[in-house]
Amino acid sequence: MNENIEMISGGAVVSDTVAEIKNIHKGYHQHPVLNGVSFSIPRGQIVGLLGPNGCGKSTLIKLMAGLLQPDQGEIRINGFTPGRQTKALISYLPERTYLNDWMKVQDLLHFFADFYQDFDLERARQMLQNLQIDDKQKLKTMSKGTKEKVQLILVMSRRAQLYLLDEPIGGVDPAARDYILSTILKNFDESSSILISTHLIHDVETIFDQVLFLDQGKIVINGQVDEIRELYGKSIDGLFREVFKC
Amino acid sequence: MPWSFDDNLPIYLQIIQILKCDLARGKYLPGEKLPAVRELAMEAGVNPNTMQKALAELERDGLVKSQRTAGRFVTEDKEKIMEVAKTLAYGEIARMIDNISSLGYSTEEILSLVEKYLTQSANKQ
Repeated sequence: MNENIEMISGGAVVSDTVAEIKNIHKGYHQHPVLNGVSFSIPRGQIVGLLGPNGCGKSTLIKLMAGLLQPDQGEIRINGFTPGRQTKALISYLPERTYLNDWMKVQDLLHFFADFYQDFDLERARQMLQNLQIDDKQKLKTMSKGTKEKVQLILVMSRRAQLYLLDEPIGGVDPAARDYILSTILKNFDESSSILISTHLIHDVETIFDQVLFLDQGKIVINGQVDEIRELYGKSIDGLFREVFKC
Repeated sequence: MPWSFDDNLPIYLQIIQILKCDLARGKYLPGEKLPAVRELAMEAGVNPNTMQKALAELERDGLVKSQRTAGRFVTEDKEKIMEVAKTLAYGEIARMIDNISSLGYSTEEILSLVEKYLTQSANKQ
């Protein structure tokens, strides 16, 4: 509907849709994972990608990040198919770490600053300080939760158009979770969007605009959080428990 | 500390309710400038778009007004704010009466119970 409307912002022509996913199919060998997934992410919105383990959340995110190729269907990020151009637009937090664990935090900061033009070193330093993470510490000597915090800080310190966060808060304690969520809220602006996959719905549902329920490779619910709450008379967490009841 | 929300209601409606209470309690005075949307959203722990929606609703009700570049201000109409306080108070009373009558008390009994409670708590102070 709105996807063809283009806005002029700061002299550049920007479409109001950041990501457009059309009828994506993807399988690993004989095993189908995604069976015709379509949705779009409007600019300036935080979208939750929710679903039980093994439903295809990470696969979908990897396709959007350009790490996997779809068997069928089309993905557009700011109008481009995933590739070199989109990697500069997307800041991706993978489910597993890919960073070298012999590196110190300060090495990682420079690594990211070299790699990404949009990396905001000052922002990263501030967040590390707020979470009391010593930048001389090596990744290897950190707890799982601290490692996750460092990764998230690196990813959120880029001024990207689209943040793809695959399970960003799984391993961190509730107090740090609050800080991380407020960091996410603080750092994203109207011109960017965030896709967050998680199963800790209760903790994050107040920050979503829109949620997608992914079940057995298909989107089963796609809507605005408050509309869903109004329609079903329950929270997203409550609805999730009902839809995916074992 | 983010605001706490009831799980079963739309979040923006709850934000409206909380902000109305803030206005009634005088946290924000008539004519006062409200914090920016983003700031309020951070305080509440909600998405800025949701906060925006709640504020737009308050604006429609005439409780706040936005001035293009200067930001959002509380209405200067004190009566309007007193009206909000009264509506909120009635809401609380309705809830209380519902709860007590579900225990089997009649209207007269509830009235005398409330009176008794008020005199007792006045004596304590």
